[in-house]
Amino acid sequence: MNHVPGSSGGVPTAGGQEIGVSLQPQKIVRGLTRATLLKDLRLEWRSKDAINSMLFFSLLVVVVFSFSFDPSAEESRQIAGGLIWVAFLFASVVALNQTWARELRNQVLDAYRVSPAPANSLFMAKTLGNFVFVSVLEALMTPLFIAFYRLRPLGPAWQLLLVAALGTWALVVNGTFFAAMSIRTRSREIMLPLLLFPISIPAILAMVQATTSILNGEGARFWIVLLVTYDLVFTTSCLLLFENVLNAE
Amino acid sequence: MTDNVPVITVTNLIKQFGRFAALRGVTAEFPGGKLYAILGDNGAGKTTLLRTLAGLNHPSSGQVTILGRTRFRDVCHQVGYMAHPSLLYDEMSGVENLAYFAQLYGIGDSGRCDEAIRAVGLDPTLTRPVGQYSQGMRQRMSLARALLNDPRILLLDEPFSNVDLHSAADMVRLLAGLRNRGKTIFVVTHQASLLEAAADEFIWMEFGRIVARTRDFKFPETTA
Repeated sequence: MNHVPGSSGGVPTAGGQEIGVSLQPQKIVRGLTRATLLKDLRLEWRSKDAINSMLFFSLLVVVVFSFSFDPSAEESRQIAGGLIWVAFLFASVVALNQTWARELRNQVLDAYRVSPAPANSLFMAKTLGNFVFVSVLEALMTPLFIAFYRLRPLGPAWQLLLVAALGTWALVVNGTFFAAMSIRTRSREIMLPLLLFPISIPAILAMVQATTSILNGEGARFWIVLLVTYDLVFTTSCLLLFENVLNAE
Repeated sequence: MTDNVPVITVTNLIKQFGRFAALRGVTAEFPGGKLYAILGDNGAGKTTLLRTLAGLNHPSSGQVTILGRTRFRDVCHQVGYMAHPSLLYDEMSGVENLAYFAQLYGIGDSGRCDEAIRAVGLDPTLTRPVGQYSQGMRQRMSLARALLNDPRILLLDEPFSNVDLHSAADMVRLLAGLRNRGKTIFVVTHQASLLEAAADEFIWMEFGRIVARTRDFKFPETTA
């Protein structure tokens, strides 16, 4: 233990460059977002904490509801929108709670807080990570929903993909933010749905109505515009407020 | 860093958690290039003081000035912090952990991670996850993480806990070497005897206050 990093000089340098000023601010945010996202995907790949719980929960919902009801094709188109999104909403809460739980183990979040890394990189990486996890869940569960409920959309199916992407983003952007807010509370598993669900009502309404409209061959333009607006407003708000949440005691 | 120029100045620092005051008006100046051992019983305020210096606790009142700046964010790249927990991801190897934290400091050179790991006496080729390390190895990897950005100020909370005597002595030698190169090091510890020869000053804390500062590892009898 005698060779010390950076021992060649007293100035804080990183690879010959002065730390913190070697990169453009936007590049820093992008680079750190990518680094944190890759780290989170790697951790999830190794632990499978979030994806297994989400899959199990969603599967349970599909099977239980399919045994409880025996809808006709027409009835399925009416109820599927609500059913699918309720299943994904509850399942995503599992992933959202896991997001920050792994940062609290060994207090790793403190290592981020004492570093010069911007708070928004962490928030964007966590949100993108959750988006990936919930999208994987949706990709795996949607064929099952179609099979169990004999779904065949009468409207343009590509719009369902758009609604899925916008709706998932709406869930994870607020979910990641409120999960961060509730990590220091004693009963954070309860606190997250209490904070998240009421504020997500406009988004949930838009997701369900848009999905139902597309399945029934009706126009979903209004609901899609509502989702886009919701996503823009809440993404901006969360980005502006996240630094305060991260540094709160 | 020349001696007697304070790198950290703490002025009437008070930190309250609800109705409990963990720090009750700490005022002190810490010249650079020294190794400080912060000592005291449990609940004396040592860790709270260190966390406040590291910008993790916000003072209820009073001020902390580090390298002439009152905003920790302005000097965070000059500070290395090691906490009692490892601040490492259990599922990743030591190198993977350090590579990630290096990116947070804008360090793209992977050789630097290997260098930091070797500095604390560990093998950078070790591929098993940190969760499978012994407690002592975890502590040393945590120190490597704190050294990664070559900080001017090191804040170390219980770096020797669960470390065997031989490794602890190696760590003390490493810290003394860093101090000799001008780094300012604060070590909160219950194993102060390990630092008896290396520390420049012993800071004695009681009930949220600094009650004595001595050059020797001996609490002055006249102070209470």
